[in-house]
Amino acid sequence: MSDIADRVKKIVIEHLGVDAEKVTESASFIDDLGADSLDTVELVMAFEEEFGVEIPDDAADTILTVGDAIKYISSAQS
Amino acid sequence: MRRVVITGTGVVSPLGCGTEITWSRLIGGQNGASRVTAFDVSDIPAQIACSVPTDPSVEGAFNPDDWMEPKEQRKVDKFILFGVAAADMALKDAGWNPQSREDQIATGVMIGSGVGGLEGIVEAGYTLRDKGPRRVSPFFIPGRLINLISGQVSIRHGLRGPNHAVVTACSTGAHAIGDAARLIALGDAEVMVAGGAEAAICRIGLAGFAACKALSTAYNDTPERASRPYDRDRDGFVMGEGAAIVVLEELEHALARGANIIAEVSGYGLSGDAYHITAPSEDGDGAYRCMQMALKRAGITPAEIDYINAHGTSTMADTIELGAVERLVGEAADGISMSSTKSSIGHLLGAAGAMEAVFSALAIRDNVAPPTLNLDNPEVETTIDLVPKVARKRKIDVALSNSFGFGGTNASLVLKRFQHQ
Repeated sequence: MSDIADRVKKIVIEHLGVDAEKVTESASFIDDLGADSLDTVELVMAFEEEFGVEIPDDAADTILTVGDAIKYISSAQS
Repeated sequence: MRRVVITGTGVVSPLGCGTEITWSRLIGGQNGASRVTAFDVSDIPAQIACSVPTDPSVEGAFNPDDWMEPKEQRKVDKFILFGVAAADMALKDAGWNPQSREDQIATGVMIGSGVGGLEGIVEAGYTLRDKGPRRVSPFFIPGRLINLISGQVSIRHGLRGPNHAVVTACSTGAHAIGDAARLIALGDAEVMVAGGAEAAICRIGLAGFAACKALSTAYNDTPERASRPYDRDRDGFVMGEGAAIVVLEELEHALARGANIIAEVSGYGLSGDAYHITAPSEDGDGAYRCMQMALKRAGITPAEIDYINAHGTSTMADTIELGAVERLVGEAADGISMSSTKSSIGHLLGAAGAMEAVFSALAIRDNVAPPTLNLDNPEVETTIDLVPKVARKRKIDVALSNSFGFGGTNASLVLKRFQHQ
């Protein structure tokens, strides 16, 4: 879990160019981290690439925070 | 029609980042060509280019981080980055930063590119082939579209007026300035940010233009000698990259805010060759009619032309243009200096016409004609001064700038020293 969390946070920091301390699990990509709708599409692609999982569009629509992403990927991998 | 003047310029060029550093190096006879080392060219016949300097140890190098955050840079092709940077410079130079909604609506953008984001298209193609459509970035399309320079500039500066983009190959920059000036003249805008940007120095760009037999291939070991317009030993153009943007402004608008007027855009001509996809018509008819239209619009005679910034790509077409100019100016030829600044910075394709319009404006400002480098042995005799090798101080009140593109699309601009009356 913590490994997944770290890797998710690393991707978010790199893609959105935000400071590490802002990337908490409750942080919303759009409201807190300055992403727009295209950024979130790219983030989901990056998660898929990093973790070798497929995140269908309807599931992607529910991934709004860093914590959502960690949870989704953890359950998809288990 | 209302009069239109240039009140700001911004340049990213193979000679450096900034109008003045580029201009002083151009006048000083510097050459921007070098062997391409950024990617493998061993299997491409043309192995040289005029690249924008990015090595921080070089004075005047272009630093992308000065213009766009790294995370935003990933989302745009280099031609957009160059265009955005040059537009930022031009608006700053003009001192125009519209804040009121009325001023924002009065300010438009018309910046084009010849070929746009070739490299990014190739990369996305590889991604599509190797990883499938789900891996194609959402920024692939908005990072490659040619009108996204105009879009980005509008968004960054809050410019809500006409938002347009020109795509006419190597005439793009001149058409953008001419068309934007016309929008102002007709009252559709008070200010236009206009010009062109290009960044096609990549494997597919060199391979594609080399396949057209357009590029120099004989000077891979002496790149600074390769771009040699009018010289009998020329063998093709050298690809350049960069961006040139001007701020165009309605005269009264510029005067009312005390703007620094660099030159007036007084004439604009356009024509089509109706001849061939890459070669100009051999009689130079398209070029001739284009220049003639620009002079007519400017209300001047050929004898009033002091300087011509030629299209002069260092290809066989140089002599066709020269012939068309001779036909146009007749006996006035002896009073005219005509040079090709592509001998210094290469051919910036969609940015070339805008870059050369900036150079023409500065030639008027400083009364100096930039040189045609490498002109050792002119292929044909002419009484027109081709400004070989060294810049020439001379009176320049009126300049004509020519651009001709694939498809047989031609544009000429007449710039004049600004005078009241």
